[in-house]
Amino acid sequence: MINQRDIIETIDMVEKEHFDVRTITMGLSLFSCIREDAKTTADLCYDKICKKADKIVKVAEDLGMKYGIPIINKRVSITPASLLTANFPGKEIVLAKALDKAAKTCGIDFIGGYSALVHKSMTSYEKSFIESIPEALSITERMCSSVNVGSSKSGINMDAVKMMGEIIKKSAQLTADKDGIGSAKLVVFCNAVEDNPFMAGAFNGIGEGETVVNVGVSGPGVVHHALKSLKDASIDQVAETIKKTAFKITRAGQLIATEAAKRLDAEFGIVDLSLAPTPVMGDSVAHILEEMGLESVGCHGTTAALAMLNDAVKKGGVMASSRVGGLSGAFIPVSEDIGMIRAARSGSIDLNKLEAMTSVCSVGIDMVAIPGDTPATTISGIIADECAIGMINNKTTAVRIIPVPNKTVGDEVEFGGLLGSAPIMKVSGYSCEKLINRGGRMPAPIHSNKN
Amino acid sequence: MKAIVTVIGKDKSGIIAKVSGALADNLVNIEDISQSIVQGYFTMIMLCDISASKLSLKDLTALLVELGNQIGVSIHVQHEDVFNVMHKI
Repeated sequence: MINQRDIIETIDMVEKEHFDVRTITMGLSLFSCIREDAKTTADLCYDKICKKADKIVKVAEDLGMKYGIPIINKRVSITPASLLTANFPGKEIVLAKALDKAAKTCGIDFIGGYSALVHKSMTSYEKSFIESIPEALSITERMCSSVNVGSSKSGINMDAVKMMGEIIKKSAQLTADKDGIGSAKLVVFCNAVEDNPFMAGAFNGIGEGETVVNVGVSGPGVVHHALKSLKDASIDQVAETIKKTAFKITRAGQLIATEAAKRLDAEFGIVDLSLAPTPVMGDSVAHILEEMGLESVGCHGTTAALAMLNDAVKKGGVMASSRVGGLSGAFIPVSEDIGMIRAARSGSIDLNKLEAMTSVCSVGIDMVAIPGDTPATTISGIIADECAIGMINNKTTAVRIIPVPNKTVGDEVEFGGLLGSAPIMKVSGYSCEKLINRGGRMPAPIHSNKN
Repeated sequence: MKAIVTVIGKDKSGIIAKVSGALADNLVNIEDISQSIVQGYFTMIMLCDISASKLSLKDLTALLVELGNQIGVSIHVQHEDVFNVMHKI
């Protein structure tokens, strides 16, 4: 029989250490729904989503029961919507409403893919689409949006960077009654991936199949617990323990992903090996870093500790899954991680340190609340910096930042649920307006010419 | 299908009888069983064949969880594959 200690370990992971499968995300191609007019396209998209994803909630519940591992979120990601709305610029909202309605009908948590890929240039219909994002996010509840503005291969579209600073600000202003939550559902990427199961940045890329199941595992609490017994161990042993722990949690994800795909009559896409925190105690990435030996996350040594964590998670996870993809790494969203919230409150972490951390882990400046009166060009500057890190280092980076209306440094914002709460963080008071207003395209780095 | 039924809680008389009785009533066959005291807690692990079970996995789990509540122990029912994949290469 299976080793008794292993059985108890698995049960403890779930019961005491918040181990779960964070999300089952069904990627759906909606190209077949494109028509000349907004209403027909939106209706066809709604029908296809409801037809394909109607079982996803039940399947997730059944699998959670079968294996004794909770599956927290059930989501759908779609073909980047800017490609679906190309025939009817100015009427994109009709599709946004249909997507939100489909999410509610299927009972899923979020639908992602109200997205545009403009990393090299922008068509007129993509410009119109991006302009629709603030309104679309203000009238929907479960829809998420993302825009890719740069890549290692094509450089950074600085016109799009400038535009996204304004779009983020407008998204926050249109949802001012909810502390700018619209911009919490909007992420700006460099090197966006096509198979990401995590929100707000999930979309079903154009290279993806008709119906794909991507799964995101999680388990910061499990890694944290495993490190507690290594008080005086060398960093090699810490890395080894993280690797082994990542292996175990990823294997559970792989098992659930393959079976979910079968039951949903879909292709198994990837397992995303991310450590995704939640605002509850015992589910924090910051606490892992502190367990490694930091007094408070954000102090010197944080970037090194995070780099090691991120790498060890990947090494363990790659061995455990036949298909690894998505963002795969450690997430450092401020408002969604109890350790990061505390560090932001105490001043031990600031935007500059967060930026450094994003150069060694997945994603980027995530769920950071900043003053509502921050100039749009300053937000664009933050985006440009993150894009540069991603472009030069051949990795995905992103910005999900909330300029909270009518709040400033010293105030706090409460988004509720998984989005958590955060103190408003300080941004530089110096302007980058001239740089941002130059527009154009920042050339791709020399190492992009690999052919 | 093979399931692992885990019973963890404060030791007292009759735990094995009650749990195995409930399984037998529903035509669940116990193929292997181990019982010990781990960290001061009664721990029983059973490998069960539930292919002939009168109840679905969902209902069987609900029944055993309820039984666990009555006798003051925590009972889990999980497909054996989850342990195989997590702990074996």
